[in-house]
Amino acid sequence: MFRNTYDSDNTVFSPQGRLHQVEYALEAVKQGSAAVGLRSKTHAILLALKRSTGELASYQQKMYRIDDHVGIAIAGLTSDARVLSNFMRQQAMSSRMVFNRPIPVNRLVSAIADKAQVNTQEYGRRPYGVGFLVIGHDKNGPHLYEFSPSGNSYEYYAMSIGARSQSAKTYLEKHFESFTDCTLEELIQHGLHSLRETLQQDKELTINNTSIGIVGPAGTHEINVAADGSFRILEGEPIEIYLKSMIPKDAPDAGEGAAPAAPAGDEDVQMAE
Amino acid sequence: MDHFPTNWGRPRNDAQDLYNTYPLHQRPNNTPKDVFADGVQRTQQPIVTGTSILAILYKDGIMMAADTLASYGSLSRFKTIQRLQSVGENTVIGASGDMSDFQYVQSILEELMIEEFTANDQNELGPAEIHEYLSRVYYARRSKMNPLWNSVLVGGKKDGKRFLAYVDLLGTTYSASTLATGYGAYIALPLLRSAVEGREDELTEEQAQKLLTDCMRVLFYRDARSLDKFQIAKVTDEGVVISDPIKLDTTWGFAEKIRGYGPQTQ
Amino acid sequence: MTSIGTGYDLSASTYSPDGRIFQVEYANKAVENSGTVIGLKVKDGIVFAVEKLIHSKLLVPEANKRIQTIDRHIGMATAGYLADGRQIANRARDEASNYRETYRTPPPLTELVTRLRLYVQAYTLYSSVRPFGCSTVIGAIDKNGPSLYVVEPSGIAYGYNGAAVGKGRQLAKTELEKLKLSELTTREAVFEAARIIYLVHDDAKEKEFELEMSWIGDESGGIHLPVPKDLHQEAEQKAKDALENFD
Repeated sequence: MFRNTYDSDNTVFSPQGRLHQVEYALEAVKQGSAAVGLRSKTHAILLALKRSTGELASYQQKMYRIDDHVGIAIAGLTSDARVLSNFMRQQAMSSRMVFNRPIPVNRLVSAIADKAQVNTQEYGRRPYGVGFLVIGHDKNGPHLYEFSPSGNSYEYYAMSIGARSQSAKTYLEKHFESFTDCTLEELIQHGLHSLRETLQQDKELTINNTSIGIVGPAGTHEINVAADGSFRILEGEPIEIYLKSMIPKDAPDAGEGAAPAAPAGDEDVQMAE
Repeated sequence: MDHFPTNWGRPRNDAQDLYNTYPLHQRPNNTPKDVFADGVQRTQQPIVTGTSILAILYKDGIMMAADTLASYGSLSRFKTIQRLQSVGENTVIGASGDMSDFQYVQSILEELMIEEFTANDQNELGPAEIHEYLSRVYYARRSKMNPLWNSVLVGGKKDGKRFLAYVDLLGTTYSASTLATGYGAYIALPLLRSAVEGREDELTEEQAQKLLTDCMRVLFYRDARSLDKFQIAKVTDEGVVISDPIKLDTTWGFAEKIRGYGPQTQ
Repeated sequence: MTSIGTGYDLSASTYSPDGRIFQVEYANKAVENSGTVIGLKVKDGIVFAVEKLIHSKLLVPEANKRIQTIDRHIGMATAGYLADGRQIANRARDEASNYRETYRTPPPLTELVTRLRLYVQAYTLYSSVRPFGCSTVIGAIDKNGPSLYVVEPSGIAYGYNGAAVGKGRQLAKTELEKLKLSELTTREAVFEAARIIYLVHDDAKEKEFELEMSWIGDESGGIHLPVPKDLHQEAEQKAKDALENFD
């Protein structure tokens, strides 16, 4: 079922200068359930949709804490994500040990991007099949980055990855200019609205299938948050209150005209540049 | 890819490459062993040495002083060696002990600062980070039984916060409002403490400079490995300034009466 | 002869019957489709300018840098695969640091470029790797004054007075040739660089773009720094004005 002659491994450029294996790896990211990230002046948050293989199975883990000030949400191959997140944790710990300094978030993201690049250039290794959204805060405030298997990383105001993430992105593009001054609660509401766009028909966000990751000062509904606003993951009961704050999709003032779900193979991940 | 199945799934150890994710040539612990390692003798003593460093906190920042002498044993071998060095915009370090080791440390710090500069993300290292880094370097070397033979003072001011700390060849660290290394730790430190402690936020630049100059003079009188030429570094909100060499004014009239120095023979 | 379907274009370690290495040529294709990068070597300095194409409006402006610093006095910008460009930059930093370790002096650019192009060339020899999908414009002020080079995916490196790679390189080269580069000051070159990037950008066909510029010169103290904000804005405004008069 090869599409063409030039896609069997990493070490072959197509006549147009494209790398098909890398592009296929980006497709692997889209196989995973969606994750959304957005940031305001004070907070950066992640939201992710957890899948479960059946009633007897638990929901998959979509978020990982890297350090006090950094967390990630993943889409794609979970085992690849564990390798990369472990590497990130080591980098973060090394910075704390050698310099007694929390690692600058951009350097952490660049480190895994550079690692991923090697897997796009050498024979006998496949590119990683996982994308990350990384949030963190440092002296310049909160940040949101996207990492992808092509070895690229970018900083965004808001971003979505994974299955049907184009629909979430459409929502985010429409509203991102208002995120800057949002409170944490408003930001989460926007996040949930955009995550909702990635759902299949007749599915909805519940306390079981939704994860929320936050860096920044405690919100009004939060308790036991460290003073420096370090990364925490909300799951289960604590997110009920946020789910309730959502404006139903069919309501007249719902944040987004219910756009039809985009086709699964949406052309949303940029490869070059 | 590692093609030897026996190498797969090695025991978990963070110091190694956990999942074989590095290309073979850059894998950790992949360097050849030195067969003569057992026959090599490591540093047993410093060779060309610098003497005391003094440092204090004062109202606007920190101030550090060191003479410009590097001795070869008891010989005053090099008389214009700079022992204070700025590291980035907010930090100064001063070293006593082996000068070649210090110059090596300067070069690794220079490399570190270039690495930081090329990252181009406004996350420059401050005095606290540099001190932590040095302490790791010195501790790692002493743990290999191959120490870098220095006592180093690290001082600076960043984001309005003053910082002053010590690290030595053993990796020992501590922090105080007055610090001194070498002979100065015996002779000058009591003077510095009585003048500075409790007055860190009142001492003016002039007072601080006078205090350090007086201490350097005392040291020159009493420390046989010292010189009457010294430099003063200060770090304030405006950054690092290291002075040109300053000559101490000293009086030696009393020496006439000292046996062995004056004209008397017995 | 045509390359496609012959089987001679599937590996960097294979020549075609007429002696070409198609994989390297394909790598050049990746460069040709990317945003324009120019470098100017003038009387007393170096200026880099990049047409950074914006693939999403959600990107944080000015955060995603395309120009990289190799050593205090060396800067570079790449066109093509960005991740490959970062790999080359990391290698260049390692080489620069290695040179400093050996000689205790800042590396001259000629030496660094020699090492870098050997590294890039090695990736054109084997079937187990692919060539780099990017061209590197690299410049510095060293003990010999300003110098500027381009390292291509083939491992070839030429010195230039004015260099352009990427999509708009033809037009940019024409514009660069019109300038008396050896008489310009670095400050003047900033304005010319901004003007050229705005000129070569194809509004009708292209996504939006952001202008990114850096310089090495007396005004930056001989080190590689982003062009100061006010100067950047002034140059950008002038470039926009010039474009309107041009139309």
